[in-house]
Amino acid sequence: MSLPLITLLGRMTLAFLAAVGAVAAFAIEAVRQAAQPPWYRQQIIRQMLEIGYFSLPVVGLTAIFTGMVLALQSYTGFARFSAESAIPNVVVVSLTRELGPVLTALMVAGRVGAAMAAEIGTMRVTEQIDALTTLSTEPFKYLVVPRLIAGVVTLPILVLIADIIGVLGGFLVGVYKLDFNDAAYLRNTLDFLQFQDVFSGLVKAAVFGFLIALMGCYHGYTSKGGAQGVGMATTNAVVSASMLILTFNYFITEAFFAR
Amino acid sequence: MVAPKISLSGVTKAFGPKKVLQGIDLDVAVGESMVVIGGSGTGKSVLLKCILGLLQPDGGSIKIDGEETAGINGRGRHRVMRKFGMLFQGGALFDSLRVWENVAFGPIQSDGMLPAQAREVAIAKLGAVGLGPEIGELFPSELSGGMQKRVALARAIAREPEIIFFDEPTTGLDPIMADVINDLIVKCVSDLGATAVSITHDMASARKIGHRIAMLHEGRLIWQGRTAEIDHSGDAHVDQFIHGRAEGPIQMQVRRL
Repeated sequence: MSLPLITLLGRMTLAFLAAVGAVAAFAIEAVRQAAQPPWYRQQIIRQMLEIGYFSLPVVGLTAIFTGMVLALQSYTGFARFSAESAIPNVVVVSLTRELGPVLTALMVAGRVGAAMAAEIGTMRVTEQIDALTTLSTEPFKYLVVPRLIAGVVTLPILVLIADIIGVLGGFLVGVYKLDFNDAAYLRNTLDFLQFQDVFSGLVKAAVFGFLIALMGCYHGYTSKGGAQGVGMATTNAVVSASMLILTFNYFITEAFFAR
Repeated sequence: MVAPKISLSGVTKAFGPKKVLQGIDLDVAVGESMVVIGGSGTGKSVLLKCILGLLQPDGGSIKIDGEETAGINGRGRHRVMRKFGMLFQGGALFDSLRVWENVAFGPIQSDGMLPAQAREVAIAKLGAVGLGPEIGELFPSELSGGMQKRVALARAIAREPEIIFFDEPTTGLDPIMADVINDLIVKCVSDLGATAVSITHDMASARKIGHRIAMLHEGRLIWQGRTAEIDHSGDAHVDQFIHGRAEGPIQMQVRRL
C-alpha cells in the first residue's frame, strides 16, 4: 500500500521540478533576449497601455474600497484602546507595504495575465508564432520581451496610483464617517510614513509585474491542442501568477523588514 | 550538373517513441516545384518544418544552396530564413494587424524598410494576388477563407524569397477558389523564379503546381518522379492514393462498423 503512495509523491515531485525548470529556462531566455537589440518599441508601448492604462479603472476601484474598509475595520479595533489616532498610519502602511502591491497585482494578473496567455496561445495554435519565425522575427523578442518590460515598468506606476487612491478612500471614511479632522488625518498619514514603506511596495510591484507577464507568456507560448489548450493556458496563467505573487510577497517582505 | 537548391539526406525525426520521419532523401533543383503528397499524419508537415528550421531534425542533413542548415541557430538561421517564404495552412495571418501590415511585416520588421515604402510594396503584392488596395485596410477576420489565403500568399512573396513553402494551400477552399490559388501559386513562383516545396493531399493541386511529385508514406519517400509519370508509377501505394481508393496496400486504422 505504501509503495503506490511514494510513487505518486515521486511523480508529483518530478513533474513539479520539471515545470519549475521549464519556467526558469523560459525566464532566462526572455531576460537574455531582452538585453540585446532589436527592441520593438511600438509593442512595448502597446503593452504598457494594455497593462497600465486600461487597468486603471479596476485598480482604482479595488484601491478605494480597500482604503475605505481598512479605515472602517481598524476603527472598530483601535477605538477599544482609544488609539483612533493610529488609524491613518495603519491605513497608509498597510496599503503601501502590502495591500496596494498585492491586490493590484492580483487584479492585473486576472485581467492582463489571462489576456496574454489567450492571445499568445491562440497565436501558437494558429501557427502565427511559426509565421513570425519565417518572417525572420524572433517571436521571443516580438511577443515576450515587450510584455515583460511593460509589466516591470507599469506595475510600480499602477501601485503608486493605487496607494494614493487607497489613502484617499481611508481619508474619506475617516473624515466623513469617523469624524476625523481632515488636516489631522493627513498629518498622521504622512508623519509616520517612511520611504521604505513605499519603496518596498514598488519593488514588489516590479517583481509582480515580471511574474504576471512571465506566466501569461509562458503558458500561452507553450500551449497546444486548440481551443481547450488555450483555455487551460489562460487558467494556468492566472492561477500560477496569483500563487507566485503571494509567495514572492512573503519573501520580499522578509528581505525588507525581517530582523 | 547544378547543385540542388535543397538537398535532404537521411533526415529523421521522432516525437518520443513515435518515429515520424525515418530517413528522408530529397533533392529539389533551382526553380523546380516539388510537391510532397501523402495521407494525413504521414509526417508531411513535420518534413516541411524541418526544412524551414521550425523543428530540429534528430539526424541527417538538410542543405540549402549546399550549406548545412540542420542545427544552425542565431545569426546563421536568420540568414537562411531570409531566403524562405511560407504559406501556412490556416494562413496564420496576424489578426491584430491590418492586411497591408501583415503583408508588409517582413519588409518592415526584418529588412528595416520604411512603413510608407513597405505599404507600396504590400499594395503591389496584394495586386499580384488579385486584391485591391482597399482590402489592405481591413483586418484578417473580415476576410473570407479564400481571401485570407491570398493575403497569406502575398505575405509569403513580399520579400521575394528564393524558396517558397506551401502547406496544404487548397485545404478548406471550394474547388474554384482552390484552382484560383493554384494558378496564383504557379504564377508567383514562375514570376519570382523561385524554388517551391508544397505539401498537399489534393491531387488536382499537386498536378497543377508540381513539376515533380514525391509520395511520403510511413516516414519514407516511397516514390518520386515527374508529375506526368505519376499515373504510371507502378507503385500500388501511389496508385491507391492518386485514385483515392479505400482498398489497397495502405490500410487506414479504422474499425469496421
